[in-house]
Amino acid sequence: MKNRKTLLAGLCGVSLLLAACGTSGSDSKAGSAPGAQGFTPPKLNALTQLGQPEGQLNVLAWPGYAENGSNDAKVNWVTPFEQQTGCKVNVKPFGTSDEAVTLMKTGQYDVVSASGDASLRLVASGDVEPVNTALVPNYNDIYPFLKNKSWNSVNNVAYGIPHGWGANVLAYRTDKVQPEPKSWSPMFDEKSQFKGKVIAYDSPIYIADAALYLMAHQPDLGIKNPYALDDKQFKAATDLLKKQRPLVEEYWSDYLKETQSLKSGDGVIGTAWQVTVNLAKSEGAPIAATVPSEGATGWSDTWMVSAKSQHKTCAYKWMDYITSPKVNAQVAEYFGEAPANSKACAEFKDKSLCDTYHANDAAYAAKIQYWTTPIPQCLDGRTDVKCKDYGDWTRAWTEIKG
Amino acid sequence: MTAVSPPSHRISAFFHRKPKLRLGLLLTAPMLWLGLAYLGALAALFITAFWSTDVFTGKVVTDWSFDNFVTLFSDSVYRTITFRTVGIALLVTVIDAVIAFPMAFAMAKLASPRAQRLLVIMVMTPLWASYLVKAYAWRTLLSGNGVLNWLLNPLGLSGPGYGVTATVITLSYLWLPYMILPIYAGLEKLPTSLVDASGDLGAKSFRTFRSVILPLTFPAIVAGSIFTFSLSLGDYIAVKIVGGTSQMLGNVVYDNIGAANNLPFAATVATVPVVIMLVYLAAVRRTGALDNL
Repeated sequence: MKNRKTLLAGLCGVSLLLAACGTSGSDSKAGSAPGAQGFTPPKLNALTQLGQPEGQLNVLAWPGYAENGSNDAKVNWVTPFEQQTGCKVNVKPFGTSDEAVTLMKTGQYDVVSASGDASLRLVASGDVEPVNTALVPNYNDIYPFLKNKSWNSVNNVAYGIPHGWGANVLAYRTDKVQPEPKSWSPMFDEKSQFKGKVIAYDSPIYIADAALYLMAHQPDLGIKNPYALDDKQFKAATDLLKKQRPLVEEYWSDYLKETQSLKSGDGVIGTAWQVTVNLAKSEGAPIAATVPSEGATGWSDTWMVSAKSQHKTCAYKWMDYITSPKVNAQVAEYFGEAPANSKACAEFKDKSLCDTYHANDAAYAAKIQYWTTPIPQCLDGRTDVKCKDYGDWTRAWTEIKG
Repeated sequence: MTAVSPPSHRISAFFHRKPKLRLGLLLTAPMLWLGLAYLGALAALFITAFWSTDVFTGKVVTDWSFDNFVTLFSDSVYRTITFRTVGIALLVTVIDAVIAFPMAFAMAKLASPRAQRLLVIMVMTPLWASYLVKAYAWRTLLSGNGVLNWLLNPLGLSGPGYGVTATVITLSYLWLPYMILPIYAGLEKLPTSLVDASGDLGAKSFRTFRSVILPLTFPAIVAGSIFTFSLSLGDYIAVKIVGGTSQMLGNVVYDNIGAANNLPFAATVATVPVVIMLVYLAAVRRTGALDNL
């Protein structure tokens, strides 16, 4: 117990979570031990019962997640929700996880579709509150391997409803890369035969891909979680990426740009999303994708409720609606990812897509290390070292690109 | 102006009698604009550069420190990026000046008035198309199996691929109209009689160019260079599209705001192009070129 108190004091000393320290001090049961994530969220209570719909709902969503027909008249699942519940929906799309975190601080949005690299920050800063899953009937049909994960729960308290997920796969030109790559080595090995033809993801979070590679190839570094890197591990990962740079044809952050690179053959191998592969294939390019033996990074998104929401009944109705089999299938099919609802696959227009996205494949899902925000408290539970935070990751990313 | 105002109009008569007040009121709006919107924003930017960000909550912490500047100067990567950016901007400016001058000269001095109007429109046409469309068009042109390689391969050559060279080419293309139009305007003002006089006095065409045309149009070239140089200095989109793995100052600013949510450090980096531009304008001012703008 004493150790735990010292630890907690140490955490407060890091001064990241002043609010959290303030509340957790009095709550000895839940607050004395930081969660597996290494921090203690502010104490907020989930809704206990639904009331009358408030007539309004402000949704903060990834583009494609809350379509109301304004982008494409054929794609609209917001209007049926409005008709069913009487909750008028305002949709605000965001472009990056950081934008979502910033916008949620305004308190103007009721629900958000947060990826793992945003959700922890939202939980820790008290911008989102725990979710009472009993009030979301469709939660029962969500794949078990997506529930109570480190990015959507703290101390086994759920902070949202899983929405969909996908892996950052290894995509390659079948005509130029033979035999099928079984490892990420062609992208990282200095002597790779694809020098100048490699495509890498352009974001600080890509450092985790290098760490994942090192987990398998340099076990003596002791990396347990690619998002929890101490000084030595971090240096090894960034050094690996600096060595990778001469191999890289270009870094991508726009998936259409990568599709074009693979199609034209300027790049022949690279880290990609399933939607990129599908798109390139549909345009006739000889592209295939695989999750190599080392595993892969990926994303898993969660619908979360703002702690400041004035429309919580509508928010819960939305979370239930958007994860219902039919709507979940529509969104997943439109966006190109695996749905979270186990009954969604039956609703896909193109039934083969569920296999493409490995929707029902828990083993495949387990191979994925989902995007998580790196924080000073090591996410793998180590307390004897300090890990590199996302600010460090960003600076290092600038350095890697040179 | 004043001659047009009807004398019966009391207000204009009043202002007519008080030219200083009239001038003051006329200048208030632009001065407010310059002072608040422009200098104010710059000042705010500069102040932010001394603050920091809480890495986890993403909030700006208003503790004063020079940490950001220390990082900026001690980390060699930022020096490399600054030199690369300035190099690209200078190269783009020189290339644009070299291409634009003969074009502007032909437009201003050789073309008929009718053709002149047509040529000006043609130079301006690319400005009507979206920046992104033009940059992506270059991405397609420069691609491994793009038009450029298709043309060069029979000669045993290959295109530059994506990288700094591709960035310079794309930016030179994008900003060319901004160089042509000022030079064209400058050349139009140049009396043809001076060129004729130079010829009458026995100067060959190169001597006329060096001693008469170039000195008189130099301010116009400088005006164009301010556009091409500053636009290249701040660019981050073209290099993202055709730059391959390389980045410019704009990318560092963008990444620090977008990915890291670190506005203070982005502000610190953003002061670099501001300082470079101030130095550039000071240097240009010493040549006396700005007086002619």
